[in-house]
Amino acid sequence: MGTPLLELRGINLGFAGNTVLDNVDFTVGRGVIASLIGPNGAGKTSLFNCITGFYRPQSGSIKVDGHELMNLKPHKVTQAGIARTFQNVRLFQQMSVLENVMSGSHCHSKAGSIEAILGLPGQRREEAMIRAHAIECLEFVDIAEEVDRDATNLAYGHQRRVEIARALATRPKLLLLDEPAAGLNAGEKQGLLDLIGRIRDELDISVLLIEHDTGMVMKISEHINVLDHGIMIAEGAPKEIQANPKVIEAYLGQDDGENLL
Amino acid sequence: MSVLNIFLQQLVNGLVLGSFYALVALGYTMIFGVVKLLNFAHGDIYMVGGFIGFLVLSVIAPIVGPGWTGVAVSMVVAMIAVGFLGVVIQRVAYQPMLNAPRLSILITALAVSLVLQNSVLTLTHGQYQPMGADLGFGDINLGMLFVSYNQMILVGTAAALMIGLELFVSRTQYGRAMRAISIDKDMCRLMGINVTAVIAVTFFIGSALATAAGTMAGAYYGSIWYFMGFLIGIKAFTAAVIGGIGSIPGAMLGGLILGLLESFGTQIPGIGSEWKDVFSFAVLILMLVLKPTGLLGKSEQERM
Repeated sequence: MGTPLLELRGINLGFAGNTVLDNVDFTVGRGVIASLIGPNGAGKTSLFNCITGFYRPQSGSIKVDGHELMNLKPHKVTQAGIARTFQNVRLFQQMSVLENVMSGSHCHSKAGSIEAILGLPGQRREEAMIRAHAIECLEFVDIAEEVDRDATNLAYGHQRRVEIARALATRPKLLLLDEPAAGLNAGEKQGLLDLIGRIRDELDISVLLIEHDTGMVMKISEHINVLDHGIMIAEGAPKEIQANPKVIEAYLGQDDGENLL
Repeated sequence: MSVLNIFLQQLVNGLVLGSFYALVALGYTMIFGVVKLLNFAHGDIYMVGGFIGFLVLSVIAPIVGPGWTGVAVSMVVAMIAVGFLGVVIQRVAYQPMLNAPRLSILITALAVSLVLQNSVLTLTHGQYQPMGADLGFGDINLGMLFVSYNQMILVGTAAALMIGLELFVSRTQYGRAMRAISIDKDMCRLMGINVTAVIAVTFFIGSALATAAGTMAGAYYGSIWYFMGFLIGIKAFTAAVIGGIGSIPGAMLGGLILGLLESFGTQIPGIGSEWKDVFSFAVLILMLVLKPTGLLGKSEQERM
């Protein structure tokens, strides 16, 4: 097996004296679909922000493929092989679907700014390759017919797929999805499940998702981590999580009583 | 002269003036796009560009002559030099202020403007400096209209630069990144885009375009001085607002509209050329009141 793909050790994060993440240990293996769940405010998105370099934890270590990511700028983290999507879709609204996905290839383009300004042949060849790769990504998520439309004009479910295609264009080893099913109808959710499965099986990319739809989490995940008030309270296979008394307590203790089981 | 005659002649004059405005306005609008800064030092970049162009020209004129060849070479060298100056200014003055309140960075821009103006004032003692270019007076007679070669080269060069910019912005990764950054900077970081590098490229291109205008204006009008960037800076800002600040085609359109407006405005009976600034700024005020997003600008959506 070797080292895990993503390995977090002793992550502590706080804002102005409030502890957000308390000594969190966390791993994602290779070729798995894993989930991160927990009540609202547990710190799930904060953890994503730490991994992608937007938050700087006060202490701890974050490794991808054995490479330390702590203190790297966000664009370096992406180059190291981590891509993510957001709870509320964040596409470049005034750009076309194709351009959105092409922007994901930026970190792998070799042509520098000088070549681009001069429009040298190497730069043009690369531009053609980036375009082809972007179209492949869009075909993979099944929206290749909408490449030239403005991103903002697409149906919400399709915007989600564009966002995933754009993340895939960065050629990640690990894809972080922040509530990918939010706002989708039942049919679209099933489509998303299939897509996540194909991303792992056909592209060999590990997937880590934050999701509130527990039915979906149980169905798709091979490994689940549960976060509550910044503390990792449980991890394991879906069956074990469902039976874990700590997890049940964390969810039942909530006022709005999200129904896990 | 017949009315048609005057009309055509003013059209040409307006195009020349509009080309200068458009080149400077492009830098305004691109820089606003990526760092949300109204770079009030941009007019002074145009001025510094004129002076660097003059320095290069005075070195190379004995070799290649003071004609358009010399001016073209000077322009290109000055564009590269001042492009880097723009990057340095961004790094030293603006980069530390990017997360500060908007007003702080605006005041910084005014300070940069004063530093540039006063540096050149000290070095030149505030004298008008003859550019030393000799462009000749050849022209083409198109029946009713005289167009000088100089005007044609000038407008042609400006058009070529703008087409080049448009291709860069629409067909390359850096251009795409530039537009993406103006929409959502954090998202760009997650796409692996080196935002700092793209901002540097933007300042380079913006400063280079203003320098092209500064050098050509110096050669065309004959002399340069330390204060020449002030008015065109404000005019270019006006042009950028007319077109919609942040929009690249908008800056080109705004520059041309402003140039034409000024040249035709002087033809209204009873109103002399000393009124042309009044036209420009009246348009600025009207635009800000009636359509603050500009002709080609899109209204900004507030994100929750």
